[in-house]
Amino acid sequence: MMSIQPILEINALSLAAKSKERLVNNVSFSLSKGESLGLVGESGSGKSLTLRAILGLLPNGVEQTGGTIKSDVSSAMVFQDPRGALDPLCMVVNQLAEVVYYRQKVSRKASRMIALELLERLGLPDSLKKKDRYPSQLSGGQCQRVVIALALACKPGILLCDEPTTALDVTVQRQIIETITNLQQELGFAMVFVTHNLAIAANLCSRLCVMKQGQIVEHGATLDILQNPSDPYTQMLIDSVLPLPELEGSRDSWN
Amino acid sequence: MELALQIKDLTVHYGGFTALDCINLNLEQHTTLGLVGESGSGKSTLARVIAGLIAPHEGKILLGTQELKKKRSREQRKTIQMIFQNPDASLNPKHSIRQILSEPLLFHKIVGRTDVEQRCKELLNQVHLEQKALDKFPHEFSGGQRQRIAIARALSVEPNILIADEPTSALDVSVQLSVLELFNTLKAELNLTMLFISHDLGVINAISDTVAVMRQGKLVEQSPKDQFFIRPKHEYSYELLSAVPKMPKSSTSGGFL
Repeated sequence: MMSIQPILEINALSLAAKSKERLVNNVSFSLSKGESLGLVGESGSGKSLTLRAILGLLPNGVEQTGGTIKSDVSSAMVFQDPRGALDPLCMVVNQLAEVVYYRQKVSRKASRMIALELLERLGLPDSLKKKDRYPSQLSGGQCQRVVIALALACKPGILLCDEPTTALDVTVQRQIIETITNLQQELGFAMVFVTHNLAIAANLCSRLCVMKQGQIVEHGATLDILQNPSDPYTQMLIDSVLPLPELEGSRDSWN
Repeated sequence: MELALQIKDLTVHYGGFTALDCINLNLEQHTTLGLVGESGSGKSTLARVIAGLIAPHEGKILLGTQELKKKRSREQRKTIQMIFQNPDASLNPKHSIRQILSEPLLFHKIVGRTDVEQRCKELLNQVHLEQKALDKFPHEFSGGQRQRIAIARALSVEPNILIADEPTSALDVSVQLSVLELFNTLKAELNLTMLFISHDLGVINAISDTVAVMRQGKLVEQSPKDQFFIRPKHEYSYELLSAVPKMPKSSTSGGFL
């Protein structure tokens, strides 16, 4: 692990509001090629702000007050609310083609082709090829797929996911997570996955960082953290995952 | 078991869209029915019909033995209370907690004017909030505390049936846990009959006695909790249950997902 050069290195990052209120304090982590890192914590713990700092897209009034972010590759972000991330007045294929046009520097016609390929890869219906649609005409899960396509159109080395499944139903959530995992294997990008759901993070990521009030309280391999949490806050998060009894039988019994 | 609420062949249309399609559901006295389903399945519409906020197009609702008509009596309105998903939107930001809690008390004449103050304090106590909260406004509380205030308001008129429409969805996981614990204690203390709506199966498991599953306006399954989570009857229930992200197995089994 140590021999691989990290593609993203964050060292003692601190963010503060203009009113000098500290929002993120002394956060450090690194990411190697193809790795997935989970950032878990509750609202207000600074997870999203850390992601935005990596992207260089801090909200108005928040400034970086210390630390460094070193990254060799480009990054792209998948936002929590897909409808908010899409332009409601622009057809989705056009939106995607526009990103391809500017980021991949190809002709308008070729960008549309690439956009359609991307949408197909993400499992959106073929009917989009014939008739473009507005975001409001797609379901929440479909919109989220479009947003992931937008991020992938930038050919990122790092995919930053800011709670991409929180606004979705469980069955759709599973499909989106499967899609992300498959694409990661295919395209080999690294991923920072922000979520408050420890179960999702545990299934997706090999390493976890637990954040609380702007600080990382614990980090390490997913397995170690879940089995031997050293911080009481981590233990609290683990306990808050509500258990479900084991299901009997299998899917086949209905087929 | 006595039935607190019976729903018979309930149908609701929104324009050409059928939101509820011939729903038959029984709610037993002093039990909690967990209603699950994905967004758009009609869970909230059902809750709103029961609360009297939407008039059904067909079918009827029986409260005990009396039928709930389009126009309900004050007594009938009092009997069914509702807690909404988002406490930010359901509490009036310009009213102090004292006003929020005393309004239903006075409207339904639960206590006399002189005892309102005392009753408000008891209610806050019941939801584990401090008494000095009375003079504060909703924005001075955290999300979990605000939901507690909404619960206190719903309980203030001593309802027989409490409808909770995704009461923990807008909350953080740790806060969700404490609100669920509160629901469980209140349930035992007050012998509540509850209709608990959630899309989170973990939450449903933590609180319900019976589980009902809805999909596209239809009720696909109603089973006792233990049976539902282990051997669901319907294929769709199985699909829902298997889609829940699970924690990796602990070290004892050795197998790691």
